[in-house]
Amino acid sequence: MAENQIRNININFGPQHPAAHGVLRLVLELDGEVVERCDPHIGLLHRGTEKLIESKTYLQAVPYFDRLDYVAPMNQEHAYALAVERLLGIEVPIRGQLIRVLYSEIGRLLSHILNITTQALDVGAMTPVTWGFEQREKMMVFYERACGSRMHAAYVRPGGVHQDLPEQLLQDIYDFCDPCDQALDDIEGLLTENRIFKQRNVDIGIVSQQEAQEWGFSGVMVRGSGLAWDLRRSQPYECYSDLEFDIPIGKNGDCYDRYLVRMEECRQSLKIIKQCIEKMKPGPVSSLDGKIVPPKRAEMKRSMEALIHHFKLYTEGYHVPAGQVYAAVEAPKGEFGVFLVSDGSNKPYRCKIRAPGFAHLQTMDHFCKGYMLADVAAILGSLDIVFGEVDR
Amino acid sequence: MDESLQDLGEHIQSLLSECVKSVDVAYGELCINVERDHVLQVLKFLRDDSSCRFTSLIDICGVDYPERPERFEVVYHLLSMFQNQRIRVVLTTDEDTSVPSACSVYPAANWFEREAFDLYGILFADHPDLRRILTDYGFSGYPLRKDFPTTGYVEVRYDDEQKRVVYEPVKLVQEFRNFDFASPWEGAEYILPGDEKASGDEG
Repeated sequence: MAENQIRNININFGPQHPAAHGVLRLVLELDGEVVERCDPHIGLLHRGTEKLIESKTYLQAVPYFDRLDYVAPMNQEHAYALAVERLLGIEVPIRGQLIRVLYSEIGRLLSHILNITTQALDVGAMTPVTWGFEQREKMMVFYERACGSRMHAAYVRPGGVHQDLPEQLLQDIYDFCDPCDQALDDIEGLLTENRIFKQRNVDIGIVSQQEAQEWGFSGVMVRGSGLAWDLRRSQPYECYSDLEFDIPIGKNGDCYDRYLVRMEECRQSLKIIKQCIEKMKPGPVSSLDGKIVPPKRAEMKRSMEALIHHFKLYTEGYHVPAGQVYAAVEAPKGEFGVFLVSDGSNKPYRCKIRAPGFAHLQTMDHFCKGYMLADVAAILGSLDIVFGEVDR
Repeated sequence: MDESLQDLGEHIQSLLSECVKSVDVAYGELCINVERDHVLQVLKFLRDDSSCRFTSLIDICGVDYPERPERFEVVYHLLSMFQNQRIRVVLTTDEDTSVPSACSVYPAANWFEREAFDLYGILFADHPDLRRILTDYGFSGYPLRKDFPTTGYVEVRYDDEQKRVVYEPVKLVQEFRNFDFASPWEGAEYILPGDEKASGDEG
């Protein structure tokens, strides 16, 4: 009898696969059902953000950051604002800092809830996503009430935030925290001890501490492996050093631990949100430097100086001293960094965006090797990829 | 903070004097300029030395300065979770000279170098898989170079007759406008009508 020819199968996973979380094309080489090689093809959502920013003034560059990780828009703006502020050497008033932190944490909740529930959807759980999105919808409304837009906020600007929050909004966010905590309990009740969920996630995609560092991981990906590394704590920016929160870490570094870490981080975020609102006192929300921060519209109508500033800032913009700076924030997905090179003009000379998803996605080949095809979706889900930021 | 960075910089410079060109601390960040050919030695040292331990590679990116003889800067950002420090390593290169690939020191360098190659055309020697990454299949040119137009050269559309996506030279209804609002007294690059009279060229 002739020997059967056995050869590996190549399949394309995506670019239009619901579990690919966007436009990812994975070229998989399979030996039966076991993954032999996994080659992610990215760039299908490449919009040339970095190139576009080079021809915009510093203020005009802000909205591009919403469109990177569009699940947690304000966290990206925050990193950019920090970079510009460091070059300019300006301080943000405490109320502005608290509002930034408050909305960064709402962004973290938005992102984590989306990730937990859609990852669960990828491995077969339908209900969490509907429950989770109910909470996300409420938070989107908070975004809208702060800045007029549900997603693309352009709210965190160099110098502070765009405008003050109404008192009622703060009260409503505060009142939202406890029911949201309840909803997280419900989602947790569906997933944490669920037999199918555990079968699909426990011991899948194990990342050791060594690997987490070699591959430049950050955020939940390192914390899931047991390294207590969080930029909010270790290199605090804004007022994070005054806030009380815990950093959950995982033990085994598998998909299940990362799920648990995200779940706990959601609760910590709620805690931070409450603290921010309690600490909030009336005051300015952005730097009072009229050469950087445009005046309010009412003021612009009455004061000649404000009118001049308004005109200059919205046409020419401000000049940023020459220099290079790298500012990073703990975005929900990991370390989101902005490397800004200024040549002293009103436009960034170079703005490199360091997206956590980019570093995480490149390890697909390393971590999927030897796992089953079905695990690819689970691993990809737990990497927490959003294509807006990977492709830029 | 600045002091400890200064000390760290001096420490690095004293041990790697032949590789490190300069060390400076600005905006609370340590930045070292290194010789291109010695970059792997520097990176290995930074990763393994007990007072550095920069075990995570955060980012590699290119910066383009067309007016310089070696037009590209390659910028590495490293992070030490043990020392809670960051460092920036900078080297220069041009279109033809390749930079030693950092993949053997940091596996994470793989995609970052592919990206720098894709967007700037910086070559990395001994890279395992130096393909384009972000741009389209079959793309030509290096989009983040300063001499590459923001609008690009080709555009795509779905052609109903051929039933496929076709590439065409980019057609703009209106030319790309790059507004220069810089004050004419400080830094505007355009020539104002009448300026030539000042130098007396017109006689």
